[in-house]
Amino acid sequence: MALSGLDIYKLLPKTNCRQCGFATCLAFAMQLAKKAVAIEKCPFISPEAKMILEAQAQPPIKPIILGNNKSNFEIGNETVMFRHEEKFRNPAGVGFIIDDNLSDAEIKARLKEINQLKFERVGQLLEVNLLALKQNKDAKRFLEATKLVLDNTPLPLMLISSELASLKQAAGIAKDRKPLLYCATKNNFAQIGSIAKEFGLPLVVSAPDFDSLSEITKELNALGVNNLILDTGKKSVTDKIWDLTQLRRQALKKSNRSLGYPGLVIVDKTDPYEEAMEATAYIAKYAGIVLIKGTASWEIISILTLRQNIYTDPQKPLQIESKLYPIGQVNPNSPVLITTNFSLSYFTVLGEVEASKIPAYILSVDTQGMSVLTAWAAEKFNAECITKSLGDHGVKNAIKHKNLIIPGYVAVISGELADKSGFQIIVGPKEAAGIPAFLKNLN
Amino acid sequence: MGTQLVLEKWPAAISTVIIGATKDEGGSRSNIVKIGGQTSLPLLFKEGDLPNKPKIAFEIWDIPPQDWQEELISAYGKAINDPFAWAEKCVNEFKAQLLCVKMQGAHPDSGNKTPQEAAKFISALLNKIKVPLIIIGSGDDTKDNLVMPVVSEAAKKERCSIGCAVQDNYKTLVASVLADGHSIIAESPIDINIAKQLNILISDMGLSLERIVINPTIGALGYGLEYAYSIMERARLAALSGDKTLACPFICFVGQEAWKTKEAKVSVEQGIAWEAITATSLIQSGADILVMRHPKAIQKVSNFIETLYQG
Repeated sequence: MALSGLDIYKLLPKTNCRQCGFATCLAFAMQLAKKAVAIEKCPFISPEAKMILEAQAQPPIKPIILGNNKSNFEIGNETVMFRHEEKFRNPAGVGFIIDDNLSDAEIKARLKEINQLKFERVGQLLEVNLLALKQNKDAKRFLEATKLVLDNTPLPLMLISSELASLKQAAGIAKDRKPLLYCATKNNFAQIGSIAKEFGLPLVVSAPDFDSLSEITKELNALGVNNLILDTGKKSVTDKIWDLTQLRRQALKKSNRSLGYPGLVIVDKTDPYEEAMEATAYIAKYAGIVLIKGTASWEIISILTLRQNIYTDPQKPLQIESKLYPIGQVNPNSPVLITTNFSLSYFTVLGEVEASKIPAYILSVDTQGMSVLTAWAAEKFNAECITKSLGDHGVKNAIKHKNLIIPGYVAVISGELADKSGFQIIVGPKEAAGIPAFLKNLN
Repeated sequence: MGTQLVLEKWPAAISTVIIGATKDEGGSRSNIVKIGGQTSLPLLFKEGDLPNKPKIAFEIWDIPPQDWQEELISAYGKAINDPFAWAEKCVNEFKAQLLCVKMQGAHPDSGNKTPQEAAKFISALLNKIKVPLIIIGSGDDTKDNLVMPVVSEAAKKERCSIGCAVQDNYKTLVASVLADGHSIIAESPIDINIAKQLNILISDMGLSLERIVINPTIGALGYGLEYAYSIMERARLAALSGDKTLACPFICFVGQEAWKTKEAKVSVEQGIAWEAITATSLIQSGADILVMRHPKAIQKVSNFIETLYQG
């Protein structure tokens, strides 16, 4: 929906006054369309035209940063409906709701569990993002619990309360952590908006339908509150998916500014499997924040792995540096296994080599991030490429023996690889899971 | 001013495939399973018809499974050592509506059963259980070409779904499926162009596109799931826009991929979650049949499908 140079030209004074530094208004308009120059360069632009052009320059879904400069994450700024069209940019934040009617000890224990939810997969750190404290009792307890949370987790915060006085107090003591406030409604937006404005905090807007959401965000914008997140309230999973899909379409296909914000979903399930299936459904379909309650590590790693998958850039498969990696206490007699530099291939092989407890080298051949079979089909994992990689990474100097282990799926290259490289080729298992048994039987 | 919804209207539909034939239709199944028929993207009920829910097929083998996780084996108990008892347990205890039987026992490395033994097994299985069947070869092309034609014939008129046809080995299977009234599973290696090409080759032999189920080949959660996810989304978008050669339902072999992963071996719960989330994520990109292994994962996904389709 970007404006063309000609569209922009129509909004300019068309006087060719040259004060912007360009010979004509049209030339200036062309540069504006390329976002190569700022609209402020034109001293005579009308306020209406300026507003249209500034809106034009904004991303269709507003990027929102949650947390302070020490601990934060960004959501929004998405530009496509399907990941194959380009990529999904900012992974959905995964957060936990804690009720303030739990005892101090229970809250501390939950926070301790949550703080430990960090996983490393294929060279990336997978982390949870947000802690949402929910008021269930009086203002005094909410304030106490807020302090407890502030002291016991580094995660960005969200404060959930329907009592504005409580919320304001809690927001006041938490303001340096930039908590997200929940939530502005048709009835309270002016008051809660003023709290958000006073402390410079992001705010969730909640309404069951798009018209109301749109009205409230416009009102809040007019009050100067712009960092918003949208929630359509409690509905069925299918209706939530529809809402999230529609919100993204409104922003991308209709440039609807009043709905151009990330969406938030609260999952309300007690069964951890149901919770995980529902949370991942929202992550795949456009949620900016998903709030859950479960903290079991098996549940969270499942959710975070799905998020990692969905948010992987389809044009840039995760890859690692092409290199000869020593695993464990290697010596010149250690076996050498060959795989690609596609992260998943490498880390899968790595995991199995480590599990075998047999020190070994892994040579990750530069296949531009392609997996074994794909790379072989694309001539990036043939005898020539592997031989070159053996030379580049000094394999001959690292070992005393002459054996190379190749993946079982590319057994067909054995002969040619032996001829080209001068090594003897041993065909390894097809699946990495077979590596420990294979290495143990090698000698 | 009211918000104008952005609604997508698609000109085309995914074909409907029926698995199983009842007595009236010349078969002996107690129920049939219908998949496909969509005129909308997954779960967007407001934009078109999604007449058939995704279905789960329990994966069973014609021999006791060899490399299955201990957890999976104990979930089925002793029954897993007898393929018929295993199948009956799926149907009677776990209420399976659809079974996917893999003819692993015919593989040269797994017993090398003769085509006649395999056919006899299928006849006996069809006698013992009454739900519709998906039948998959052992994966050894040469052997499958000997076994699958007689297996197909043994199941004649039962309207099974039989696979997997691949780009360089499809003719034998297509001929059998055509002759015996089944549908075919066409497998492509996470590649939309090969999927399309293979469907064209198959339909050129006279088997209509309405009798093809696409196996897009999937990776498990954390193991390339996103590749299949996006291939399926692209294929579904093309199909709904009018590309008939891709307008077939999808079958996804979830169980075998999910239980191969390192993560599935960490704990029972994690294994079940891994299989369940692989399955539910693929439902969002268009899966019509999910072939699964763990009864509890199947139960969880099945409930989730009900939730999704309640609207």
